[in-house]
Amino acid sequence: MNRIGLERKVLNENDRLAAALRQRFEGNGVLCLNLISSPGAGKTTLLERTLESFDRSARVAVLTGDIQTDNDAARLARYGFPVRQITTAGACHLDARMIERGLEGWRLETLDLLFIENVGNLVCPSSYDLGEDAKVVLLSVTEGDDKPLKYPAIFFKSELMVLNKMDLLPYVPFDAQRAEENARCVHPGMEIVRVSCTGNLGLEDWFAWIANRRGRVVAARAARA
Amino acid sequence: MHEMSIACSVLEALEQEARRFPGGRILRVGLRVGELAGVDPESLEFCWEAAVRGTRWEPVSLEIERCARRQRCQSCGHEFPPAGDYACPACGSATTVFAGGDELELAHLEVEQDEPDWARTQSLERK
Repeated sequence: MNRIGLERKVLNENDRLAAALRQRFEGNGVLCLNLISSPGAGKTTLLERTLESFDRSARVAVLTGDIQTDNDAARLARYGFPVRQITTAGACHLDARMIERGLEGWRLETLDLLFIENVGNLVCPSSYDLGEDAKVVLLSVTEGDDKPLKYPAIFFKSELMVLNKMDLLPYVPFDAQRAEENARCVHPGMEIVRVSCTGNLGLEDWFAWIANRRGRVVAARAARA
Repeated sequence: MHEMSIACSVLEALEQEARRFPGGRILRVGLRVGELAGVDPESLEFCWEAAVRGTRWEPVSLEIERCARRQRCQSCGHEFPPAGDYACPACGSATTVFAGGDELELAHLEVEQDEPDWARTQSLERK
C-alpha cells in the first residue's frame, strides 16, 4: 500500500471562483464586504442604516442570502439601490458560485461598494471565501460576550467586529469590554466599532471604516494602473 | 452544519485525484483540519459516511489530523501554539504572526495498487 502526499485545499474549487471574483472586484475598484453574524444580530438593519446614509447617486449594491424568503431583499430595496436575494434552499452559508450567479447582469464598473449579507450563522460562512475585501462580523449585546471564544474561526477571519444593539446594554448582562477582549484574544489587533442601529449610535465609526477601506481599494487600483 | 458540503467537496477532490491512480484502490483519505477552520471533525466523519454510502467510495475512510493554532515569532522565528498570550515563549518578543491553524486540506491518500510494469522498471533503474 502506498501513502501518497497531497497538498490540496478541500475547497479549492470555491477558492478558485473566489479568486476570480476578487480579481473582478479589485479590477473595478469595488469594495466588497461580507457581513456575517448569528441570526438576529442585526445585519439587515445595519445595512438599512447604511444604505439610508448614502446619497441616491451612490454606486452601491447588495446581495443578501437567506435560506428561504426574499424578505430581506424587500426591506433593502426600499432605499433605491440594486438589491438581489440569494435563497440557498437549505444551505447554511453562501459560496463563491452563488455570488458569481448573483452578480449576473450587474456591471461591476458601475459600482463602488458591494455588500454581501451572508446567511445568519457564525460557523459555516467562515469556511467560504466569497472574494470579498473583508469579512465583517456582527455581535449583538443580546448574545453572550464569550461568543468570540466559542466561534473563534469567524472572529479570527473577520477584519472588523461590529458590536451592535449598544442601546440595550443597560438591560442585559453583557460586558462589552470583555467581549472586545475576547475578540482580540482570538484576533489580536482586531478592529471594533460599537453601534446601535435603532438608536443611531456609533454609525459614523462604521461609515468611516467603510470609507477608509474603500480608499485603500481605490489606492491599490491606482497603484496597479 | 456545513460539514455535508465539506464532505461533498472532499469527495469531488477525491474523484479528481483518483484519476491519477488508474487501477488503484483508495483506502483512506488523510485530511488536515485546523482548529480555526470552522469544521467539526466528528460531524465531518459522520457526513462522509453518508456521502459515500452506496457509491464506489464507500470503503474509503477519513483520517483527520487536527491542527492547533500556531504563531511565529518575527524576531527569532520560533513557532508555538499560543496559550492565551501571543508573546514568543522563546525570546519574549511581542511581535508574532499567525502561522497556521485554519487548514482544510487533503494531506494524503492511501492507495493499494499492483505496481505497474513501467513503475517497477523505473524504481529498479533508480536503484
